[in-house]
Amino acid sequence: MQHDKAPLSGAIAAWIVACLMFFPILWMTVTAFKTEGEAVAIPPIILFRPVLQSFAAATAQSGYLLFAANSVIVSFASTALAILIAFPAAYAMAFQPGKRTKDLLVWMLSTKMLPPVGVLVPVYLIFRDAGLLDTRAGLVIVDTLMNLPIVVWMLFSFFRDIPRDILEAARMDGVGPRGQMTHLLLPLASPGIASAALLAIILSWNESFWSINLTAAHAGTLAAYIARYSAPEGLFWAKLSAASVLAVAPILLFGSLAQRRLVRGLTVGAVK
Amino acid sequence: MKERRFAVAPLAAGLLAGALLAPIAATAATLTIATVNNPDMLVMQKLSPAFTKETGIKLNWVVLPENTLRQRVTTDIATHAGSFDIVTIGTYEAPLWAKNHWLDPVGNLGAAYDLADIFPSVRAGLSYNRTLYAVPFYAESSMTYYRKDLFKAAGLTMPAHPTYDEIKTFADKLTDPAKGIYGVCLRGLPGWGENMAYLTTLVNTFGGEWFNMKWEPQLTSPAWEKAITFYVDLMKKDGPPNATSNGFTENLALFSTGKCGMWIDATVAAGYLYDPAKSKVAADVAVAPAPTDVTPHGAHWLWSWALAIPVSSRQAVDARKFLAWATSKSYIGLVGRTQGWVAVPPGTRESTYKNPEYLKAAPFAPLVEQMILSADPLHPTMNPVPYTGVQFVGIPEFQGIGTTVGQDIAAALAGRETVAQALQSAEASTRRTMTEAGYIK
Repeated sequence: MQHDKAPLSGAIAAWIVACLMFFPILWMTVTAFKTEGEAVAIPPIILFRPVLQSFAAATAQSGYLLFAANSVIVSFASTALAILIAFPAAYAMAFQPGKRTKDLLVWMLSTKMLPPVGVLVPVYLIFRDAGLLDTRAGLVIVDTLMNLPIVVWMLFSFFRDIPRDILEAARMDGVGPRGQMTHLLLPLASPGIASAALLAIILSWNESFWSINLTAAHAGTLAAYIARYSAPEGLFWAKLSAASVLAVAPILLFGSLAQRRLVRGLTVGAVK
Repeated sequence: MKERRFAVAPLAAGLLAGALLAPIAATAATLTIATVNNPDMLVMQKLSPAFTKETGIKLNWVVLPENTLRQRVTTDIATHAGSFDIVTIGTYEAPLWAKNHWLDPVGNLGAAYDLADIFPSVRAGLSYNRTLYAVPFYAESSMTYYRKDLFKAAGLTMPAHPTYDEIKTFADKLTDPAKGIYGVCLRGLPGWGENMAYLTTLVNTFGGEWFNMKWEPQLTSPAWEKAITFYVDLMKKDGPPNATSNGFTENLALFSTGKCGMWIDATVAAGYLYDPAKSKVAADVAVAPAPTDVTPHGAHWLWSWALAIPVSSRQAVDARKFLAWATSKSYIGLVGRTQGWVAVPPGTRESTYKNPEYLKAAPFAPLVEQMILSADPLHPTMNPVPYTGVQFVGIPEFQGIGTTVGQDIAAALAGRETVAQALQSAEASTRRTMTEAGYIK
C-alpha cells in the first residue's frame, strides 16, 4: 500500500505543478477569445461567449504574415548557419583538442553573459554602415552569433560521447577529416545535432531585443509583432493575447512535432 | 538517392539566399513612421490610405511600446541611421530632443494648415526656444470623473471647483466594500509616466515642487510629506485593493465597470467612459475640474502625443506633407465623418471645440478645453522652479528619477515603508542622481 501511495501523491504534485506552469498560456488563450471589456473585468469572467474580433484586429492591422514569415526565415536560417559553423569547430575541439581548448570553450560561453544592450550602439553603427539595418540577413547574422556558443557546446558534448576508436579506425583506412565528419560523425551525432538545432530555433524564435532594436518596418519578427500591443493608453489585453497566441502557435506546433527527437537528443549521453 | 540529396542542398541554399537578400521595399516615396499603440493612433493608421491616395506616398508603420519607442528612436537619431521619417513623441521629449538638435522645426506647414488654431498651451509644450518642433496629434489634461448616480444616492453634490478635502469627504461616504465600490481610484503603479504623473500634480497643488532654484530636491519638504500622506491615507481607506498595480488602463477598467465613485486622471479617458458600447457607467458619468489644495498651479497636467521629423530623415519634404495631413482640421473632420465625432483626436484645435457636432457627441468637451487652456507647463508650481513641465520635470534625468521615486511611494502605499521613510529614500537617490549629473555643485 505504502508503495502505491507515493507515486499517486507524486503524480498529483506533478499535475499541480504542470497546471500552474500551463495556466498563463491557458489564460492567454482564453483572453484572446474575449472582448476588451471582458478581458479586463474584475473579478475575471470565466464564462463568456467567445468572439474572434481580437484575432481579426490583430491580423488585419499589423501584417501578421510578414512577421511570421520573418520569424521562420530568421530562425531557420540562423540555425542552419550556426550548425554549419559549429559542426567543424566542435569536431576540432572534441577530437583534436589543443592546450587551450577548454579555456576557449569557457570563454565562448562567457560571451553569453554580456548584456546585449551593452553592445547595442556599436552593433547599430556597424549595421548602419553595412546596410544591414532592418534586413533579415542582419538578424540572421546576429542570431547566429548569439546562439553559436551554445550550439558549439552542445555539439562538443555530443561528439565527446562518440567512441574515438571509430574515428581512429576510419583514419587508419585513410579517411580524411572531411570524410570523418560527413560519413561518420553526421549520422552518429544526428540526434544531438537535431536537438541543438531545435534549441537554436527556439532561442532565435523568442529573441526579442535585437529583433526590436535592429528592425523597423520590414524585418521584424513575431517578438516585435507582440511588442506593438503594449499600449500607454487604451485597452489592448484581448488583442495582446490574440497576438501572443498567433505568435506562439507555430513554434508550439513545431515543438510538439519534433518533441520525440528533441527528448531523445537531450538525453543522449545522459546515462553513460 | 545520393544525387538527389546533393541536388536538394544547393536548391535550399539558393531559396534561403533569395529570401534573405530579396530587395525589401525601399522606394523613394515611402515614409516610415514610428508610433505608439493607442486608440487615436490606430484610427490614424486605419485612415492613412486616404493620404496615400491623395499624395501617392506610401506609409510603413513601426508600432512599439512607449519606452521601447523612446530608446529605439533615440538610438536611431543619435547614430544618424535614418530608419524613421516621422516619430511620435510627447511633450517631455519635444523640447529635450530639440535642444539636442535631433528634430527639424515644423512651424511652417503651409498657409492652409492654420497653425494658430492649435491651442497655445499645447504649442508651448512642444516648442523649444519659441520654435515648434512637433505638431500635436492629440492632447490631454487631467480632470475628475465621478458617478452622478452614486453622488445622488449619497446626497452629495460635486462643486464646480472641488478641493482635495472635499474629495476625501466624498470618497469616505461613497466607499461601500459590500457592493464592491471604492470611493476613489488613483494611479498606484510605479513609473514616471504612471503614479508620478498624477502625484506630481498633487504635490504641485499642495504647494510643493521637485527642485528649488538651485536644483536641490525638495522631496522631504512639508508639502511633499502632506501630499503623499494624504494620498496614502486616502487610498488605504477608500481606494481599491492592490492599488500599486493600477495604472491608467487598470483604473479605466475599474471605473468603466462601476467599481469607482471618483477617478482623477487623463481627459482622454472621457471618450471611452461616455461610450455606452464600452462603458457600463456611460449614462452616469460626469466630469469636474481636477481638485486643488493650496494653489491652482500645476493641479492638472498637460500632455500631448505629437508627430515630429528627426533630422536624420531622408524624406523630410514628404514627411512634412504627412504631418500637415494627420494634424489638420480636415483630418479631424474625416475622423468625425467616418468614425463618429466622439472618436476625433481631442485637445489640439480650437475649431474642434467650436464644432457643434463634436460638442453634441462629447458633453465633456468644454471642461477638457478649459483644463488644457489653463494648464501652464512654464509655471507649474506655487514657488519659482528652474524647470518646465507640469507632471514631469523637463530634464533627461527625470525618467530615471521619476521611476525610482515612484517605486519608493508605491512601497509606502503597499505599507512596506512609512511615508517619511519613502520620501527620505527618494530624496537621497534624487540628490545622488542630480549631483552625479552636475546640477548640484
